Amino acid sequence: MANYSTNEFRPGLKVMLDGEPCSILDNEFVKPGKGQAFNRVKLRNLSSGRVWERTFKSGESLEGADVMDYTMEYLYTDGEFYYFMDPNTFEQHQADKKAVGDTYLWLKEQDSCEVTLYNGTPLSVTPANFVELEIVETDPGLKGDTAQGGSKPARLTTGAVVKVPLFITQGEVIKVDTRSGEYVARASKS
Amino acid sequence: MSERNILEVSPPLADRYAVTDPALQSISVQINGDAWFLQTSPEFALKRLLSLGSGDIYSLSKAFRSDEFGRWHSPEFSMLEWYRCGFDHHDLMAEVEQLVRCCWPDAPAIEKLSHRELFADILGLDSLCASVTQLAEAARAQGYRAALELDKAWLLDLLWVLAIEPNIKDRAFFVYDFPIEQAALARSSMVYGIPRAHRFELVINGLELANGFWELTDPVEQERRFQEDNVKRSAMGLAEVQADPRLLDALRRGLPECSGVALGVDRLLALSVGVASLAELMPFAD
Repeated sequence: MANYSTNEFRPGLKVMLDGEPCSILDNEFVKPGKGQAFNRVKLRNLSSGRVWERTFKSGESLEGADVMDYTMEYLYTDGEFYYFMDPNTFEQHQADKKAVGDTYLWLKEQDSCEVTLYNGTPLSVTPANFVELEIVETDPGLKGDTAQGGSKPARLTTGAVVKVPLFITQGEVIKVDTRSGEYVARASKS
Repeated sequence: MSERNILEVSPPLADRYAVTDPALQSISVQINGDAWFLQTSPEFALKRLLSLGSGDIYSLSKAFRSDEFGRWHSPEFSMLEWYRCGFDHHDLMAEVEQLVRCCWPDAPAIEKLSHRELFADILGLDSLCASVTQLAEAARAQGYRAALELDKAWLLDLLWVLAIEPNIKDRAFFVYDFPIEQAALARSSMVYGIPRAHRFELVINGLELANGFWELTDPVEQERRFQEDNVKRSAMGLAEVQADPRLLDALRRGLPECSGVALGVDRLLALSVGVASLAELMPFAD
């Protein structure tokens, strides 16, 4: 993999740091009183999700990380792994629970997701911003019952629990914002 | 400036000599087949004028530094530089404050503390007396993992970036009397048995706005510092730079006792109008 020097660091660049793949969030050039120049860099560790801040000498370089994002179709899960297919190559990739993380709450068969591959293996999975899922369990929601401010919990096929308006019933398909976990609307009629 | 009878002068932007300072890269231009260099600051031109009897002078001009690009760094920027005969660095700090207030009436109150006090306050280190080993340990303690250079000036710069700058974002101060390893062109003297470089900086909200010296007038010491710069350059893998002989001639001719300061005009304006980067201020920023 190519090496990148500090003046090539841009947000989104994937590099190796301490043996872990990281994505650059921010790169600040600092030069105290005509002295040596440094770069104060913020990185996100793509394995753990944590944000690191490191200071480098200007001109130092880091090895690029073989990290690429692909849009893939979610196929199914066998309980242990989740299977995705690249629609361009028809290649299948299996992602473990750690890579999928909380995204399992929003996975629906044949939906498109962003799969991040590190050295060819799924490192993380990001769902589309919106997903349409069926409600498998919710109370009927009696009219006038505003004890919870006009909403009630509903469990979706994936196991996710979302607050929905009282008029939504079991069996309905709703649109959810995966970033906030909030109900958006009834699913569009297909 | 005119209130104080300081004469405006116009230094050349391109000249035949680069600077020896290992931390500065002069931009070279081809003029009639020769390599000329864009000024990194008007200091040498202004000192030559002072040695010829100009009296107090100032210039407001563009300065150029290669390899400097960031939120607060532009390769081309505006520098206000002025020299006062008979002033020491404390006199000049007072005048810098007056100028800042004149351009930025709402500037915060500006404290004044020595380099030694600043480092003691934030890091518990004696910047003047600390050894290279102590500074290196402090850098490791701040979480710096990569290779360290066992050079006092380098370590002080690193500690500034790691520990000092992030902790002074809401302060405004002059810091004066630097360790001699960071003297640049300032004169130094022994004070209570410890050598100090009579240099100062104005730092507001973590940003260095001005750098000033009670000027070194000794041509022998100045030449020695230029040679030391070139030794450092070689060690860093940088090409050596021929020291400007005309500056050394000016010092031999006799530089009056004076203090000078260089102030980053873009940065001062940016702070005074409340923008958070040079790009937001400079209409033609890259």
